[in-house]
Amino acid sequence: MGATAGGEIKVLSGNQAAAKAAVLCQPDVVAAYPITPQSEVVEELSKFYAEGALQAEFVEVEGEHSAMSVLIGASSSGGRTFSATSSHGLLSMFEAYFYASTLRLPIVMAHVCRELAAPNTVLCSQQDILTMRDAGWIQIHCASCQEILDSIIMGYRLAEDPDILLPVNICYDGHYLSHFSARVEVPDQTDVVTFLPEKDLRECRLDPDKPMMQAPYLGGKLFTEYRYKHCMAMQNALPEIDYIDGEFQKSFGRSYGGLIEEYRNEDAEIVLVALGSAASTAKAVIDLKRDEGVKVGLVRIRCFRPFPCDRLEKALRGVKAIGVIDRDVCFGWNMGIVFMELRSLLNRSQINLPMVNFIAGLSGADINIENIGRAINDIQQVSRGGSDREVTWLDLE
Amino acid sequence: MKFKTKYPGPWVDIDKTELLTSDVGDWRYRSPEVEKSKCSHCGQCYLYCPTGCIEDKGPYFEANLAFCKGCGICAKVCPIEAIKMTTGGK
Repeated sequence: MGATAGGEIKVLSGNQAAAKAAVLCQPDVVAAYPITPQSEVVEELSKFYAEGALQAEFVEVEGEHSAMSVLIGASSSGGRTFSATSSHGLLSMFEAYFYASTLRLPIVMAHVCRELAAPNTVLCSQQDILTMRDAGWIQIHCASCQEILDSIIMGYRLAEDPDILLPVNICYDGHYLSHFSARVEVPDQTDVVTFLPEKDLRECRLDPDKPMMQAPYLGGKLFTEYRYKHCMAMQNALPEIDYIDGEFQKSFGRSYGGLIEEYRNEDAEIVLVALGSAASTAKAVIDLKRDEGVKVGLVRIRCFRPFPCDRLEKALRGVKAIGVIDRDVCFGWNMGIVFMELRSLLNRSQINLPMVNFIAGLSGADINIENIGRAINDIQQVSRGGSDREVTWLDLE
Repeated sequence: MKFKTKYPGPWVDIDKTELLTSDVGDWRYRSPEVEKSKCSHCGQCYLYCPTGCIEDKGPYFEANLAFCKGCGICAKVCPIEAIKMTTGGK
């Protein structure tokens, strides 16, 4: 990796990295409401604001619905905006959340993945954000504190692209990444300003000198036209995410693979698919299994929305079996959400291979070396036709 | 693929007036009929109309039938019963 630009080396938690990234992107308006495990982001932003490092309107709101509503107004006026939330905060925000994407507003919001009650919990899973998969936002999932910081910077470049204009969620696992401290290279302010587009290039915004109507009551054809354009903007984002990843590497010396990250996948016979922090642990397990002679690789989905069909198809074609770790459940299908998405993809690509699903890590249950090793053994067995069980609930074994 | 607007999201130029309002007049099954000579121009109907479709015509008030949904509130609040709700008319 190695840096090209002269950044400052710091030890930051995932939350601190997110707040630092937001400050570097110089938003005009910030509105967020604290919720475990995201609260530290709001605390850090308040501190930066008090110190003068964050030169933005910092709006103290009474809840997440208001936070997103404030950003909708600010973004509609052409401002650059930032927020952060988690779990029940996201649910509380939902009405405004859907508005933000369908108004095509380039809001960037950090999302700290947390389980949803009941029963009560504040621990990690990706149930909250994966449940929002059809709400029209771009979803990028991170696997390190450095990646959180870098992805927020890349997120603004993506969101504000005139061919995209969509809100972007930068997601990271609660506690595993939000409260995990690591070495983070903080880029120079001037390099970030150079990397990001100039502000206020949007034609559609609230401007007294050029009045426009926003979201009038519409039925039928014109409504359908806006939905179609939203879907197309999602598709436009696919190549752009890979492109921006390359541009980021040129400017800052770091790259994450764009839509997906592949690890020891070139000659892999079986592949493990995962999102977020579990994928980092999986790398260590794959190294151990490779030492034992198992040809196993990893595909980490970074971009869950839009779903990176072509990249995944390329990565998975030709392997003997795949296993998917889901830190969530898809009610009504008795499987995980990511697994269900991959089944759709393989069907679309007419790839017929054995697939197994592992539900793991709900409400902060660790996805550790032991149970990832167990999963890889299962995938191996399936690749040899040795098992017909589709879904394994790892923590119930 | 045929598009009606150049904009990516649901934004509309204000001169595209056909988008500013929906014609809801055809939701109506009965219509307010004003007895113009009887109307005292007190403006109660104008104040109470929930769709705001009552227009001041000088000596009298009258509903704009492109937007009137026929609820009958104007007829109810008229203190001198100058408005009647009728069916089968316009």
